[in-house]
Amino acid sequence: MLQGWVIVLASFLYLGVLFAIAWYADRRADLGRSLIANPVVYALSLGVYCTTWTFYGSVGRAAASGIGFLPIYLGPTLLFALAGFILHKMIRVAKTNRITSIADFVASRYGKSQVLGGLVTVIAVVGVVPYIALQLKAVSNSFSILASYPDIVMPATAGAVPLFYDSALYVAMILAAFTILFGTRHLDATERHEGMVAAIAVESVVKLVAFLAVGVFVVWGMHDGVADIFAQAAAVPDVARRLATADSPAAYGTWGTLIFLSMFASLLLPRQFQIAVVENVDESHLRRAVWMFPLYLFLINLFVLPVALAGMLHFPAGTVDADTFVLTLPMAHQQEALTLLVYIGGLSAATGMVIVETIALSTMVCNDLVMPLLLRLPMLGLAARADLSGLLLEIRRWAIAVILGLGYLYFRVAGEAYALVSIGLISFAAVAQFAPAVIGGLFWKGGTRDGALTGLAAGFVVWAYTLLLPSFAKSGWLPDGFIAHGLFGIELLRPQHLFGLTGLDEITHCLVWSLLANLGTYIGVSLQRVPNVREARQATLFVGGAEAAGTPGWRSTAGVADLLPLAGRFLGLARAKEAFARHAQQRGLKGIHELPADARLVGFAEALLAGAIGSASARVMVASVVKEEPLGLDEVMNILDEASQVRAYTRELEQKSKELTRATAELREANARLRELDRMKDDFISTVTHELRTPLTSIRAFSEMLQEDPKIDLAQRSRFVGIIVSETVRLSRLINQILDLAKLESGRAEWTVAAVDVAEVIREAAESLTVLFAEKHVTLEFAGCEPGLTVLADRDRLMQVLVNLLSNALKFVPAGTGRVTVDAGGTASEVRVSVVDNGPGIQAQDREVIFDKFHQGATTSDVLTDKPQGTGLGLPISRQIIEYFNGRLWAESTPGAGARFVFTLPRQAGDNGAIPQGDSVPAGGRGYKEESPGGNS
Amino acid sequence: MSHRILIVDDEPNIVISLEYLMKKEGFEVAVATDGEAALQQASTFVPDLILLDIMMPKKSGFEVCQALRADPALAAVKIIMLTAKGRETEVTKGLALGADAYITKPFSTKDLVAQIKSLLA
Amino acid sequence: MIRSRLTAQRLAFLFLLGCFFFNYPLLSVFNRGGDFFGLPPLYAWLMGSWLALIVQMAWVVERKDN
Repeated sequence: MLQGWVIVLASFLYLGVLFAIAWYADRRADLGRSLIANPVVYALSLGVYCTTWTFYGSVGRAAASGIGFLPIYLGPTLLFALAGFILHKMIRVAKTNRITSIADFVASRYGKSQVLGGLVTVIAVVGVVPYIALQLKAVSNSFSILASYPDIVMPATAGAVPLFYDSALYVAMILAAFTILFGTRHLDATERHEGMVAAIAVESVVKLVAFLAVGVFVVWGMHDGVADIFAQAAAVPDVARRLATADSPAAYGTWGTLIFLSMFASLLLPRQFQIAVVENVDESHLRRAVWMFPLYLFLINLFVLPVALAGMLHFPAGTVDADTFVLTLPMAHQQEALTLLVYIGGLSAATGMVIVETIALSTMVCNDLVMPLLLRLPMLGLAARADLSGLLLEIRRWAIAVILGLGYLYFRVAGEAYALVSIGLISFAAVAQFAPAVIGGLFWKGGTRDGALTGLAAGFVVWAYTLLLPSFAKSGWLPDGFIAHGLFGIELLRPQHLFGLTGLDEITHCLVWSLLANLGTYIGVSLQRVPNVREARQATLFVGGAEAAGTPGWRSTAGVADLLPLAGRFLGLARAKEAFARHAQQRGLKGIHELPADARLVGFAEALLAGAIGSASARVMVASVVKEEPLGLDEVMNILDEASQVRAYTRELEQKSKELTRATAELREANARLRELDRMKDDFISTVTHELRTPLTSIRAFSEMLQEDPKIDLAQRSRFVGIIVSETVRLSRLINQILDLAKLESGRAEWTVAAVDVAEVIREAAESLTVLFAEKHVTLEFAGCEPGLTVLADRDRLMQVLVNLLSNALKFVPAGTGRVTVDAGGTASEVRVSVVDNGPGIQAQDREVIFDKFHQGATTSDVLTDKPQGTGLGLPISRQIIEYFNGRLWAESTPGAGARFVFTLPRQAGDNGAIPQGDSVPAGGRGYKEESPGGNS
Repeated sequence: MSHRILIVDDEPNIVISLEYLMKKEGFEVAVATDGEAALQQASTFVPDLILLDIMMPKKSGFEVCQALRADPALAAVKIIMLTAKGRETEVTKGLALGADAYITKPFSTKDLVAQIKSLLA
Repeated sequence: MIRSRLTAQRLAFLFLLGCFFFNYPLLSVFNRGGDFFGLPPLYAWLMGSWLALIVQMAWVVERKDN
């Protein structure tokens, strides 16, 4: 039954069904009733991870290393446990930035760098080609084996078969044609392929069912359950070895390496990125996938080890390739239907991988490699061409063909030297090179384009040298001398023992060196400079997540008239119109014609184009239509920077302005004060001058008269000389007092502070003035001047105050009837001294003025017409002294009823004196007057 | 006929010296020790020249000068301002108010006499 | 999707747990002969803990409170 034509027919039927599913899903999507908007479909489509490597290769791997096939599935399980941190973020970022591929992702992250996108594309293509070869090998092998049914014959090595008899070639061609039909029927703005996803989900079910069917058949059809297989295996020493994973630390190392590697592969392989990130319809679907995808992996691996063991028990060692056990075990038991199902399952695993992988790669090749180059070649005049959508599809179709061609080439060149899994691991190691740039780019803002470029390049070169080239060499396509002896015969450069590193398997060895070089240069070079504004902006978008996403920075605007044709050129006019109409609808407008020519529209058009031709190229194209230079990101950043700087500056200015206003007010006030001080100083100097010149005038006049007129009679002469002497004394006193006051005011006066008995000082001061009082016949009386009124003061200064006040009183009292009373008393806290006279008194408005310098109350007080002798500095000096000792000095007076000068000083602590009995002086002057009657006679 | 001179100053010793000086020069002398007395004396004594101090109680020399110049009967009276404040503004102010000369204290007796004589000539 | 930070952290914990379950040195404990309900201990451990981990992950993301 299983003739060749049956197999071929079944294959095409299967492909036809797939195509129908895809077509139907696309149709449904166009109608807005998506088939794939379903978390289960999303989880199943992620099963594209399981290729023929899994379907056929795992059993082969298990036959070779027991449980060693498993880490490839444990890694993705662990990765999905981290989905909340990594995958979720990637989906968000990709959606916000209209990312269409892993190359686009990396390019966009590091400032929309076309060079970076190109490099990622090259690495992806070169790295994944062996993986595609693996699929070709598996499918062509399964076909060949099946074709010789019921005999089980291992296929000849690929190199031994003439090209046109090589089924792998036809498989490659058919797959290319199918993929082209499948994936490049039209361009879509989002680069999403609903039909493809639906088909892939179905394929995942098919391969799982097929594998589980084989497992059930092997375990329960051929044996009595799993335990039976293990029991049988344990009896055969050769097989029993497979039951344990490892017998050396290196094996554990390899185990860990594979987990690590597969973790990244399930995220960074172009097809994984395509399905998990780009084709994700709704990020909430990820939640279901978190456990459903690992569960899928678990189920498809459930029977791997039993099948491998059964195969080893069933087939004599070396007769059947373990990679084919899945197929050959049912064949050996003439299970035709099951065999066909297994074949279809294998085919689905292969087609799923090839379709998604080549579509993803062709998008990258087109958007990130070919289009940027073509757009840069002015001779092609592409930028001016009316419709480029056809060209884009053409490029992608060719890219698919070329990639599959390369896969076939690798299969012919190197495919036979390795088992399926080993070929796959070469690809895994290649895409692991994306990890630093992608993961780093998601979480570290410091990465730069240069760092990503050099890191990727370094990792890629090391990968190629330690893994890819040896794979060629082992197949005999390169001289293998350099493997054994190192490049140029340098031992340290042996590709699989680089720098003398031994004891690791080749994958781990490659990974250690390539990731070291990659990560080292990525970080090292990135740290050479701070990210430029363009990188910094993208870093914010990627690291900060979707919330930080802003609108594209277009300064100028363009209308629908310009943008629609542009989009039409890449997407086809009909699709472009649809998209614009949707955009208009979203903005609440009736139609395309109502769309305003604004930056938002330009941003929309750019995003639309980014879906078709990649973000970097889209920017260039939109820029060409907008004509005016687009606002470069640098400029945007500059403007933003400036804007925020201006804002900050404005705030600062406002602050400064306020401060300035305040300072100005303070200055104005200070200036006024200064001016006032200046005026006062001026007045003071003027007054001093006046006061000094007045005695000088008399002295000079009399001296000159005496000098000129020797005939002046003696009496007159002695009178004149007397005047000269007294005026000289007055002048000296004045000068002394001025100096004294200056000292007091500047705080340079010297003080000898001690406990002073006030009564004693009063008596002493009075004694020094006894003669003057006697001359004028003025009575000087004392009241309450008991000892024990102690204050803390400078005795001489206090004496000066009392002499001042007494002589002041003496000056104003009338001769003969004058009476001056000194009264001293105190309370618990202070000592109070009053000097009372029966002179003319002081006008109310003068009571403070007299304490000003040189004021003698002269101008305003009628009673002071007779200018008394004095400098006018005594009272100000006295007040300064009293205030220095924390006391107060003031004047009280009723004009016509005498004046009363009072000062208080704080009583010294520990003063022995209680308040002197009965002599405590009330503040009021009247009570005092009653106490000392007869003063005003 | 001897000229009549009114001395106006609140500083007794200066008054003594000026009085002595003027009498020695043969002038008829009257004395006032404040501004109001000065105006009174000016109208009763009718001097030919007034030696007028500026810093005085009751009325300053400036006020006296202003009042004198406002009285037509006294228009011919010469006024010499005497001040101990040597400020430029006061000189200008005095002259603007109609003083004929300005002498700063302390003065040279010779200069003062010469000034008086030249004004009365 | 994984809206709650708590869910993400629970999953991250499972990640660490898985890293521990699936690697040396814990693996060496089971890397021996004998059998466990007819299965080699290592195989039983890996498949068992793997399934347990998946169930845990399902429970964490599907529970009502997130």
